[in-house]
Amino acid sequence: MNYANTLMHSIPNTALWGRIRRVAYAALATFALMALSNTANAQLKIDITGVGANQIAFSAAPFQGNQGLPEDIKKIIEDDLVRSGFFRSINTTSNVDLNEATLIDPTAWKSIGVDALIVGSVKKLPDGRLDLRFNLHDTAQQKSLGKFSYVIAQSALRLTAHKIADYVYEKMLGEKGVFATRLAYVEKAPGRYRLIIADADGANPQVALASKEPIISPSWSPDGTQLAYVSFETRKPVVFVHTLATGRRKALANFKGSNSAPAWSSKGEKIAVVLTKDGGSQIFSMGADGSGLNRLTNGNGINTEPAYSHDGQSIYFTSDRGGGPQIYRMSTNGSNASRVTFEGGYNISPRISPDDKILTYVTRREGQFRIAVLDLAGGTEMLLTSTGREESPSFSPNGRYILYATRSGGKGTLAVVSKDGRIKYTLSSSGADISEPTWGPFLND
Amino acid sequence: MKHSMLKYLAISAMVAALAACSSAVPLNDKPEVESKTGTAPGSGDGRAVPTVTPGNADPLNDPQGVLAKRSVYFDYDSYTVKSEYRELVQNHAKYLLANPNRKVVVQGNTDERGGAEYNLALGQRRADAVKTLMLALGVKEGQIETVSLGKEKPKATGSNEAAWAENRRSDIVYQ
Repeated sequence: MNYANTLMHSIPNTALWGRIRRVAYAALATFALMALSNTANAQLKIDITGVGANQIAFSAAPFQGNQGLPEDIKKIIEDDLVRSGFFRSINTTSNVDLNEATLIDPTAWKSIGVDALIVGSVKKLPDGRLDLRFNLHDTAQQKSLGKFSYVIAQSALRLTAHKIADYVYEKMLGEKGVFATRLAYVEKAPGRYRLIIADADGANPQVALASKEPIISPSWSPDGTQLAYVSFETRKPVVFVHTLATGRRKALANFKGSNSAPAWSSKGEKIAVVLTKDGGSQIFSMGADGSGLNRLTNGNGINTEPAYSHDGQSIYFTSDRGGGPQIYRMSTNGSNASRVTFEGGYNISPRISPDDKILTYVTRREGQFRIAVLDLAGGTEMLLTSTGREESPSFSPNGRYILYATRSGGKGTLAVVSKDGRIKYTLSSSGADISEPTWGPFLND
Repeated sequence: MKHSMLKYLAISAMVAALAACSSAVPLNDKPEVESKTGTAPGSGDGRAVPTVTPGNADPLNDPQGVLAKRSVYFDYDSYTVKSEYRELVQNHAKYLLANPNRKVVVQGNTDERGGAEYNLALGQRRADAVKTLMLALGVKEGQIETVSLGKEKPKATGSNEAAWAENRRSDIVYQ
């Protein structure tokens, strides 16, 4: 990615502002809802409960010069922010003539309920690249929170719009946005399986692997450049590592029996896998290059779905050593295994939040498979979903959301829920049968 | 031309059958292939026809035989080989004992409910359960590989008990 990035204003303490702002919202929200319509993306089903009063009202102006380009920058930013659940769009035509250089009257914007005003322009340069500029105005603080110029290839337009949305999200909420991150998932059709990499909003799907045999358990390398996964292309499960930019792939674990459940360590130097070559399903770790195989679990039972903690100290995993499947934690050398989940008789697919404080997993309750979160310090469990066919949860890299697979109309689809359960949305799909989603890391650029 | 060929075949088969009956070798044992071709050694006229005797065929290929049944079914969440499938596993174990060069892959499968990886592990346990039984009956470890297909290769599609029951299965696949 080749873009210039110039911060022209210093940024005040936005976390503090978030608190002050929230007090003002309750009063403003009523007026804003009465006076103006709330525009949400019609194709996207977003279900938000309990955060309404704290939503930040924003207005995104059409980017001047956007006509004739393949992407609508304003719409991408607007859809991203609305989908997050923390923003609502104020629909107005008063912003149509604005760009990043326009002097605005913050008080006037604030009086119609706009907390954040996003304005910008895009211009084609002689060499074919685009000069994309934007300015974020905070009407309460009566100042700009950042004014940028990106020089980008036209193919990077969509990604750059996501980055602008990330910038707005971070400045207004004080935590990193995940709009520019990517998802991996598997699309199934009879006799055809495709490993897909898409933007976090589900758009721009690209096929990394097309196979006649099943693909499961994609796992991102921490730098987002590689995926490990299980492919059945040789009529049995084998673990592959695949470099996305080149398409280069190699079998990492192809032992007698089944090879599955790859998981990268937080720094990317190791990969844990599950092998059955010695009897039972056992967790092993190895170097990311396949060197130095080291067995971590014992016994004849099931030990699977390893997930490294982000502090590099522990591995969470699923085991049936106590009867039904439950989630356990052990140190990365396999010692000191202890049970973590106790509610319900079937708890699988552990993933740990980026701050290592919350565990998400699939739990079966009365025959229904649901996404749960467990506060590891307090021991409080919360069930986040209720449709009953949920699978494969993974945290967004900022820890705010959980991506998972569910069923709708007889097909697998992707859905997202915030870790507190208040924000839920489904990602529109092409009608394909989708499974095994996993949220990728922050982009490194 | 065709008729005379058929007639020749029929006679050869009768000769072979008679020879088998008159010998002390039981019918089910290995065929004495070389002495039953009905052609003078070294004749080299290109008309040699090998004789196939039904009683001497590999029992594995008999669609009516006990070895034709190669699927063991399991209860939900279970990897215990139920008593009604013990005989099926015993039949294959006997065959593998008698044919130490034959190898099988036991493929474990599950129904669609639950996670892909846990089902993969459960399918592995179902395959391993069949293997454990075969090993107890004397089959050599090197003759059996167990793999799991988890819930990824359902034989029956559909989200109902009949489809699920069909998919909770270990298949014995000869290599």
